[in-house]
Amino acid sequence: MSHPDGLTPSQTVGPYFKYGLTPNGEYEWNDAFTNNLLTPDTSGERIRVEGKVYDGDGAVIPDCMLEIWQADSQGRFSDPQDKRALPNSSFKGFGRCGTDKSGGYSFDTIKPGVVPDADGKPQAPHILLAVFARGMLLHLYTRIYFDDEAGNATDSTLALVPADRRATLIAKKMGGNAYTFDVHLQGDNETVFFDV
Amino acid sequence: MTLLYPLQSLAAHPARLSPDYRSTVKRSPSRPLIPMRHTLSELTGPVYGHETVRAHDNDLTIQAKGEPLGERIIVHGHVRDEDGRGVPNTLVEIWQANACGRYIHVVDQHPAPLDPNFTGAGRTQSDASGYYKFVTIKPGAYPWGNHHNAWRPAHIHFSVFGHSFISRLVTQMYFPGDPLFPFDPIFNSVTDEKARARMISSFDLENTKPEWALCYRFDIVLRGRNATPMETK
Repeated sequence: MSHPDGLTPSQTVGPYFKYGLTPNGEYEWNDAFTNNLLTPDTSGERIRVEGKVYDGDGAVIPDCMLEIWQADSQGRFSDPQDKRALPNSSFKGFGRCGTDKSGGYSFDTIKPGVVPDADGKPQAPHILLAVFARGMLLHLYTRIYFDDEAGNATDSTLALVPADRRATLIAKKMGGNAYTFDVHLQGDNETVFFDV
Repeated sequence: MTLLYPLQSLAAHPARLSPDYRSTVKRSPSRPLIPMRHTLSELTGPVYGHETVRAHDNDLTIQAKGEPLGERIIVHGHVRDEDGRGVPNTLVEIWQANACGRYIHVVDQHPAPLDPNFTGAGRTQSDASGYYKFVTIKPGAYPWGNHHNAWRPAHIHFSVFGHSFISRLVTQMYFPGDPLFPFDPIFNSVTDEKARARMISSFDLENTKPEWALCYRFDIVLRGRNATPMETK
């Protein structure tokens, strides 16, 4: 078992994942994950992140699956690989949502806290987003930042992004506690995706 | 200790734009992805306990009142990283068509029968060494609209988590010797022959269950190597 192996290649999630991965009451299978990350003991600013996913023609994508991964409000991950103090709540930091007929998605979560970058400098609050769909042979990774965070100006990852494309990574605060973040897989407003 | 994830390993994956698979044309980015250094956000990932998986979630043949139709099979294997280390306690999810090549998904209109005793979804966790096991029905091939007379080789969809959010893998497991391989643009989107072979399960006579079920082995190799201390503040 110790011989070096190549990776198992990725294949598309296809058009029929819903009953297995995001049944959401529509199929006789329980959801392992949902788009609501909140638990009763979760502390922090409760927010909703919502938006739509578009293809290169600007058409909405109704058969997309989105997954998010984030720190808690104090910037800690619910993973022992984070060697700092673990979260003191049952907040897992992971969510999954299938898009609806109009390409829409939403997550109920909390605003993540500050996480250090590779040099130990503070990053602006952000959520990692993975995008899966029919027609995507390998999922894409992007980041959701927030337009009301001053830390964006000094974030080391945002700094890698050409200034004229940075806005594609920044969720806009709407009414109440909601932020809008659309994903454009291709085209004039193409979302910035990261090679990670 | 944490794991570093070399980008070179990603060469095994298909190109996102693979025009023979038509849907990729409008669903792949046209601008280059932006390289960045991995931070804690990338290097950590969801950890779930046994509450996520119920007993028998890994047996797709006992989810309904009766037994599903088709050829009962065992599918098992080892989830490991690129250096051969088992990935313990990681979630493995599967979904698939029934023996006739029909999914219960409402969008699937292939005129083949649904099986009231087969949903086609399952999940399990790898054990402490990284092994997983499912019992299911061998899925059928089915037609799709990519090109004239297009058929997908029989496959089982797999979703696996691994060590971190960037080791996430969604793939498809194929069956050995499928005559549809040369004609399938999704399978052939992986251009390296050796890499393609890693998506094909092997017939596992040793682990068949006599008088009951044939067995296929499908090992899954995820990113992750070079265990080194990670500095965090």
